[in-house]
Amino acid sequence: MTKPYLSIENVGVTFPGARSSEVLRGIDLRVDRGQFVSIIGHSGCGKSTLLNVVAGLVPMTIGAVILDGSAVESPGPDRAVVFQNHSLLPWLSVYENVALAVDKVFSARKTRAERRDWVMHNLALVQMTHAKDKKPAEISGGMKQRVGIARALAMEPKVLLLDEPFGALDALTRAHLQDSVMEIHAKLGNTVIMITHDVDEAVLLSDRIVMMTNGPAATIGEVMSVDLPRPRYRLEVDSHPEYLRARHAVIEFLHARRTVVEAA
Amino acid sequence: MSLPAVSNDDALAAAAPLAGMSSTGGAEVVALPARKPAMPKPDLGKMAKAFLANGAPPVITILLALAVWEGMTQGKVGGFPSPTMIWTESKDLILDPFFDRGGVDKGLFWHVMTSLSRVGVGFSISAVVGIGLGLLVGANKFFHRGLDPIFQVLRTVPPLAWLPISLAVFREAQPSALFVIFITSIWPIIINTAVGVRNIPADYINVARVLRLSPLEYVWKILIPAATPYIFTGLRIGIGMSWLAIVASEMLLGGVGIGFFIWDQYNSSRISDIVVALAWVGLTGFALDRLVNLAGRLVSRGTAVS
Repeated sequence: MTKPYLSIENVGVTFPGARSSEVLRGIDLRVDRGQFVSIIGHSGCGKSTLLNVVAGLVPMTIGAVILDGSAVESPGPDRAVVFQNHSLLPWLSVYENVALAVDKVFSARKTRAERRDWVMHNLALVQMTHAKDKKPAEISGGMKQRVGIARALAMEPKVLLLDEPFGALDALTRAHLQDSVMEIHAKLGNTVIMITHDVDEAVLLSDRIVMMTNGPAATIGEVMSVDLPRPRYRLEVDSHPEYLRARHAVIEFLHARRTVVEAA
Repeated sequence: MSLPAVSNDDALAAAAPLAGMSSTGGAEVVALPARKPAMPKPDLGKMAKAFLANGAPPVITILLALAVWEGMTQGKVGGFPSPTMIWTESKDLILDPFFDRGGVDKGLFWHVMTSLSRVGVGFSISAVVGIGLGLLVGANKFFHRGLDPIFQVLRTVPPLAWLPISLAVFREAQPSALFVIFITSIWPIIINTAVGVRNIPADYINVARVLRLSPLEYVWKILIPAATPYIFTGLRIGIGMSWLAIVASEMLLGGVGIGFFIWDQYNSSRISDIVVALAWVGLTGFALDRLVNLAGRLVSRGTAVS
């Protein structure tokens, strides 16, 4: 067996304090290079905590995260995060928001002109070059999220971490952005971990879906492969037997967990 | 007089300020431009309407207030002067704010400029120190816990209560006045800056962490821009308070300055001059507030919008 690209090994997180709470327990997950993995589960199950552990933003209590041969200890641009609410800096233009990341990450490796081209290249990937001089307040929610994705991609991360990236968007915008993310994934072959609570989104985008049990002390309940051929087109895929099977399996899993919550 | 002619040329813009500036005799001056735009000029119709909606209420209330004032003070000898009495008694002061006969016998413009320069120096020092301390207190838990209670107590001390202490320490009027400005205006600057720093969204901090910004880059690229709207709120409150403080402290310190002018006129029983000076104090304070507000909007570059 080859060594996995990203390996999450027996990770547990307990938040300290008077009423210390165990959020995650015994998380084990291997992700291959170029794979698109979704993590799905009910609200409060610790999905975001798991993503933040991989990002290095939340320290793990036990266990280890190993990315491309080295252990994750602190946040870094090799694990770029696209946050749920875009988190663009409102005083910078679209271009400057991406440039902040590019200038920091590539200060030694690229010349000034190369960095400028690289910012524009990444804005072009998400089709946002037309708004490069606009402030975040002047563009729509979907556009902000596109810029957030461009900023993350521009760091050339080993793993792209998406924290419910489309959660705050309306259905049409969300579908549009999902297609964009699929295109980019096909073109660049990024390794992606995405948090979501949208079953269709998970099935449409993912190679594998990680289903989490409910907290406290949440862990991985099931990991399911989605064997749909790529490229996937929304209209063709949603009647495909594999799509329907996968979708049903995820809903069944979540439904079972929900009754557990209500009984408790 | 040339005033009505000027306001005819630029009726829309000039009417409101004129009404406020010349607290007496304004009746004839203001009424003219107010009626002008209402004349049936088709292309000006909309502008006239907008002007009437926005400009008419203040003009009308000012005229009413003047009329009530005039009526209440009519026929009484001594005591508080009526608008017409102020006009006759203080005409020179109103019409020529730029005279300078040496000593403290100067026009109001010079008194206000002297006070403003004191505020400028004192406020600049308190802005620099206040923003610095605010950043420190906002960013550091130890300093916050240690200093915040002290700030909360000291900020409630009235400006004039500081004056004896600062006189005792500096022994001269000029630095004492500056110190009173400084100590009065620094608290809102510190407190608002600290609040701004403490309210930086966790997302911005996470962005900085993912990018591995150095502490210095973090301060320049995230912390200060994010706190800028709060800082300017503090500066705005601060400059208002320093204007309050300078007028009060000059009354006690003497020399040139609008505060001393008011006190001096009181000692010579020239109440009319005091009323004119009050109009200057109010308008200057208003202008200062607007100025800081404008600077804040320019500097924060749309931060406040989102």
